[in-house]
Amino acid sequence: MNWFNAVAVGLLEILANKFRSLLTMLGIILGVCSLVAMSALTKGMENGMKEALIAIGGLEKVRIEDQDIPVWQQHMADQAVGNTMEDVYALVHSAPLVTMVVPEMRSRNITMTRGGKSFSPWNFIGTWPNAVELNQHTVEFGRMFNDLDEENARNVCVVGTAVRDALFGSPEQVGRVIDPVGEFVNISSQRFKIIGMFEHYESAQDKKVRQLEAEKPAEPKASGPERSRGYGSMSKGASRSTGGFVFDLKNNTVYIPLNTMWLRFRAASGTSSSGSSGYGGSSKSSSSSSSSSSTGTLGSTEFVPDPRLSTLSIKIADIDKMDAALQQAKNVLMHTHKGIEDFSFRTQENWSEGITQAISNARMSGGIIAAISLLVGGIGIMNIMLASITERVREIGIRKAIGATFSDVFTQILVESVVIAIIGGLAGLFTSNLLVKLLVAMSPSENTPVITVESMVMAFAFSVGVGVLAGLFPAVKAAKLNPIEALRYG
Amino acid sequence: MSLIELRGVSKIYHLGGEEIRALDDVDLDIEGGEFISIIGPSGSGKSTLMHVLGCLDSPTKGSFKLDGTEISTASGRQLARIRNEKIGFVFQFFNLLPKLSVLQNVELPMVYAGASAKERRERAMEALHLVEMDNRAKHRPMQLSGGQQQRAAIARALVNNPKIVFADEPTGNLDSHTGETILRLFHELSRKGRTIALVTHDPEIAAVTPRRIEIRDGKIATNVDARLAGAKEGPKFDIGTNAP
Repeated sequence: MNWFNAVAVGLLEILANKFRSLLTMLGIILGVCSLVAMSALTKGMENGMKEALIAIGGLEKVRIEDQDIPVWQQHMADQAVGNTMEDVYALVHSAPLVTMVVPEMRSRNITMTRGGKSFSPWNFIGTWPNAVELNQHTVEFGRMFNDLDEENARNVCVVGTAVRDALFGSPEQVGRVIDPVGEFVNISSQRFKIIGMFEHYESAQDKKVRQLEAEKPAEPKASGPERSRGYGSMSKGASRSTGGFVFDLKNNTVYIPLNTMWLRFRAASGTSSSGSSGYGGSSKSSSSSSSSSSTGTLGSTEFVPDPRLSTLSIKIADIDKMDAALQQAKNVLMHTHKGIEDFSFRTQENWSEGITQAISNARMSGGIIAAISLLVGGIGIMNIMLASITERVREIGIRKAIGATFSDVFTQILVESVVIAIIGGLAGLFTSNLLVKLLVAMSPSENTPVITVESMVMAFAFSVGVGVLAGLFPAVKAAKLNPIEALRYG
Repeated sequence: MSLIELRGVSKIYHLGGEEIRALDDVDLDIEGGEFISIIGPSGSGKSTLMHVLGCLDSPTKGSFKLDGTEISTASGRQLARIRNEKIGFVFQFFNLLPKLSVLQNVELPMVYAGASAKERRERAMEALHLVEMDNRAKHRPMQLSGGQQQRAAIARALVNNPKIVFADEPTGNLDSHTGETILRLFHELSRKGRTIALVTHDPEIAAVTPRRIEIRDGKIATNVDARLAGAKEGPKFDIGTNAP
């Protein structure tokens, strides 16, 4: 009996018992479905993670953060000053494996106001112009401030789109592109000029959703008066991109020159005591390390605001030389910190490793669940094949009596089992596509499940393999039947 | 050389330490073209003899040559091949596959023989024509009467042009009239040169055949050839009371 005949006989048998075959296939369908859906979900998580990783500056970015002084150095606590501009210059000059050094000074409780609207950005950061490159920002309108702005401590700022949404309204609501460049805002009662705005950061999924919405006809604008958009705009903007915290964080950024921050916000009273821009230059001298911000009432010539940096970010030349570069940076910093280890390195690698671990865990557990359901499906096939051959003992006896060999009967039963598995597998692939579509429709997070071809091929191969394994035992059992006893049966 | 040569064939079963000789040192020759009946009460060993002769079972001892080939040492695969090519079976319960049409049932032995679809179809229709069933080719076995089913089964037994056809109680499940037509059909086939062995417990059916072999306790009790005994040539069809 050739293969074509065997498959035809198998199909005939399956068609003769449609409902039973369907129930049998259900096990395989669910198994394949869960395998594909699971792999689509983890793939979606992986994609989301990659996007987020790029959004925060890639693996080469390392943050140097303050750390509690080790116990054995506690007696030197008053000597520890944290990260300062000294460290920055030391790293720039003495650590060749560090390609970029970006100092950051943050200020909290900042309120930006313009025309009766106010907004508190999550990140209000004084930094150097190269922060744009390190943090992978893209300036859509205007420009990033430059070294001259930094040198002169000008009151200029570059804002993220969250600021625009809050103070100017989002383009979706206004219905046109908003270019805030050249506008003035008050930041904690100081007048700042917006000289640039970053593009709107969002995950690929959010972008898709937004574009889809944009293509729809804008009905609310045509009818009725425009409603006020005070708080509503912000909440709407936030709700749209619920999952993408990293992107929200990036959109909620305001950059001002480091010197501006230092002079206008770090001075204890905030505004008045800061002197001319030239003062900022002299502040980089070595004398800055010993003073503190508590001496607000001192004369202006002696007054130096808190020189500590909130964070110090560096970029490593080569990801493969991460350890060497960190060691180099540590050596440099140990010098400038007088041997006090009050800093630590925080690499994105840790973060990315954590997420990779989480994803591989999810994949593992999902894979095990899917494998178990496929196994259960296989057991279902085996069960039904055993029942089927018991039902057909007489038929097998007849076939053997008229000349079917062991391998003829074996092939027939095995093909039947494999055909069930193949049909179940194909149906499972189809169902999994529907299921993933349903998942996407129900939860439009940034981790859109992505069905990969590999996962489909793998799931299908697994289902066929399960069909073969499940068919082996019944096929051997059927093929071994003694024709005389089989004919006498029933 | 005879078509079938049994020399000292025994089939021994062991049941709980007890030795059961289903066939005990049987010698038998069947020539090509013969029409014989194997009779005996149940438990006599006639079924075992048919199974051995039909290559469904191997003898424990002795030599069995079918068409010059030694069977007693053949492998399962070789036995299946011989069953397919040289032997046809007709059963008491017809044993047609209910899910296949009559035509597909008749084609089945050729499927295992590896014949092409076209050849299968032609030869199956030929065989069905022989048993006057060609107008029922597309029917399912369940749509046919018992006699028609048995005719289809006979067509299936004949389709691979076997050396010998074994019929195990072929009329046992039919009413007397239909049984008679089936026996007529066998007789007709015999006249056309087929070798046919009827296995039955009913002496009246056995009386149809020229040669009768009676089995008792695993041995051949009588081996009567009507032609040699000078009996009247031809079958007797006065078997009106063989209903089971």
